[in-house]
Amino acid sequence: MVKDDRLTRVLSVDLSKRTFSVEDRTDLFSRYIGGTGVATQLLHEECPERCDPLGEDNPIIFAVGPLTGLYPLASKTVALFKSPLTGNLGESHCGGRSAVALRMAGYGALVIRGASDMPVYISIDGHDVHFRDASSIWGMQNFSSGRIIRENEPGAGLRTIMRIGTGGEALVRYACVTTESYRHFGRLGLGAVFGSKKLKAVVISGKSSIPVTDTKLYRKSYREIFKTAVESPVMKKYHDLGTADNIEPLNRFGGLPTRNLTEARFDEASGISGETLAAHYLGRRLACSHCPVGCIHIAALRELYEDEEFFYKTSMISYDYEPLYALGSMLGIGQADRYLKLMDRIEAFGIDAMSTGVALAWATEAMERGLITETETKGVRLTWGDHTAYMEAAGNIVSQPNEFYRTLARGAEDAADRYGGEEFALTFGGNEMPGYHTGPAAHVGTLIGARHSHLDNGGYGIDQKVLAKKEVTPEELTTMILDEEWWRQILSSLVVCFFARGIYLPDLVPQLLSVAGFDLQPNDLTRIGREIHREKYRFKYREGFSLDTLRIPGRIFETPSPIPYMNRDYVEQAIARAQEILSL
Amino acid sequence: MRLAVLETEKCVGCQLCMFACSRRQNEAGLAKSCIGVRSIGGMERGFMVVVCRACEDPPCARVCPTGALELRKGGGVSLKPDKCIGCGHCRDACMVNAIFWNDETNKPMICVHCGFCVDFCPHGVLGLKEERRSNHGEG
Repeated sequence: MVKDDRLTRVLSVDLSKRTFSVEDRTDLFSRYIGGTGVATQLLHEECPERCDPLGEDNPIIFAVGPLTGLYPLASKTVALFKSPLTGNLGESHCGGRSAVALRMAGYGALVIRGASDMPVYISIDGHDVHFRDASSIWGMQNFSSGRIIRENEPGAGLRTIMRIGTGGEALVRYACVTTESYRHFGRLGLGAVFGSKKLKAVVISGKSSIPVTDTKLYRKSYREIFKTAVESPVMKKYHDLGTADNIEPLNRFGGLPTRNLTEARFDEASGISGETLAAHYLGRRLACSHCPVGCIHIAALRELYEDEEFFYKTSMISYDYEPLYALGSMLGIGQADRYLKLMDRIEAFGIDAMSTGVALAWATEAMERGLITETETKGVRLTWGDHTAYMEAAGNIVSQPNEFYRTLARGAEDAADRYGGEEFALTFGGNEMPGYHTGPAAHVGTLIGARHSHLDNGGYGIDQKVLAKKEVTPEELTTMILDEEWWRQILSSLVVCFFARGIYLPDLVPQLLSVAGFDLQPNDLTRIGREIHREKYRFKYREGFSLDTLRIPGRIFETPSPIPYMNRDYVEQAIARAQEILSL
Repeated sequence: MRLAVLETEKCVGCQLCMFACSRRQNEAGLAKSCIGVRSIGGMERGFMVVVCRACEDPPCARVCPTGALELRKGGGVSLKPDKCIGCGHCRDACMVNAIFWNDETNKPMICVHCGFCVDFCPHGVLGLKEERRSNHGEG
């Protein structure tokens, strides 16, 4: 890296002692680039073996990379922690202003240790670090607490405000951390880890320079990437309809999980499609810092107050493919306004829309089958398509008035352990499923993915682009999935948004890294990508993960997917192959 | 020519103009940027672009005690660093907060209306205009 680049500075904040320190970790950045590569090492250093994910020993690690603040679409921050949902590796990525803010504050990573005995938030403005009393905003929902912090802190236009809602405070195991109202460290329960530390928010801002090796090359390569990002078709769908663009094609393909995956086509899909939302609700588009695409789509929902004529409120509510699936088709909700009302509630609580939707889908089917009754749900009649029932149930997941909701707040897998229905509890490695029943690549991908996310390796894309056209063996499939996951370790170490994976290709990345002072060739990147992934698996095994004992929900084999040869044998063979490759 | 904010409502808050301004000065990052983008009380309400609007009779130049801000043809000012004593009066006088500050040199940083950022605004928010009309409703 370039001398004087502040990327290698790691800021550590201790909530128990109310102290902070900065350490230079050139050793880690030179070996693992940044982002997920560096954060994984910090997790190994900071997280004691078998620690309680909601205890004070569990660290929170945020990291960015050398391309953050340099190139467009390098807009993501990586968070690593031990997940309270899976009890294992927790990794979640978020855009908004978070990545640029951390880099501009003069750090490559932030480590949060310990726990506070009273509600606090941390304010970081360049080299200033403050612990602030958050008692007045504890118990407050997402939007309101963001608004109040905004008025109390410096750095307007340059800052990120990462915060939790009541879901995180109540330790819902899939609570998220929200930044800039609409972006999230969504998955695997970082919000609960914040909550367990009595940490309401982290505000980061700064404004600094980044040294480069070659200004001319920097400006030239920047212009090329910018041009591709705004002109090429690879980014067009994110730009126009946003990720909601996927609803219709996935439904046609027969891969849109519907009503707890009892079906893979949704008869009401057009009601929640990107086209419908754009035509009737799209009210604003937003971008993450340093992203010319602007994929964030915000709907304007105008509602009349029931008790007062001519009195309206207009809410601005985000939509994306995954929440549209989880709170839409998965719950049988096929009307955009109903999705938006439910989503708005989920956002206010600060709980992961995907896990919440899948947990509620399990509960709905469990109720249909009589495994649970209104005694458990406290009178809520969960019925496909009934968004008001789901809004009430979501509130109960946060307030946890009885054992049933306390269990549901620990995820669909725990709930099925307790109440039955394991074959239709759609979790993979303990994490609720993403919106793809496209075939074996999607499911094997989330099963063996280091964080059990569809974004680990994009298996759903392999189903649609490869398996739909030719048959591949389970062993070949595993190789394809792992090749992709290895490369994505590099992308998330740079750190660039996975939506830009069509731009940041292996041949181009070395040149961009050279501007940041890294001398790495394509074969180095291949080696480092594998090494980072192996380090993640080392953590997973250390914490008791085993590919042997992975639970595969039977439902995925009952509901036909677009790939006709998907069956249990095929999936198990693919996992067995992964086990051979991933044994340490 | 002067830089103008043509359509604020189309701003998605990507900050590419801010990064462009830095690159124009052979910099990377944001320390030297002379343009800013911030939300109007939360992203749900949209953004404002904060940049010199090339006043015909700029208050910043009027309050400068050393004449370091010279009037620029077409509006706005240009800084003569040798004359600047870093008093910050110009910053206080600018009610659109378009005077940014260089902490290293302790001197103001003000848009020179070069238009480099215009090329990197993906949504047509920014543009170059020939001259200022004295009526309302723009930039």
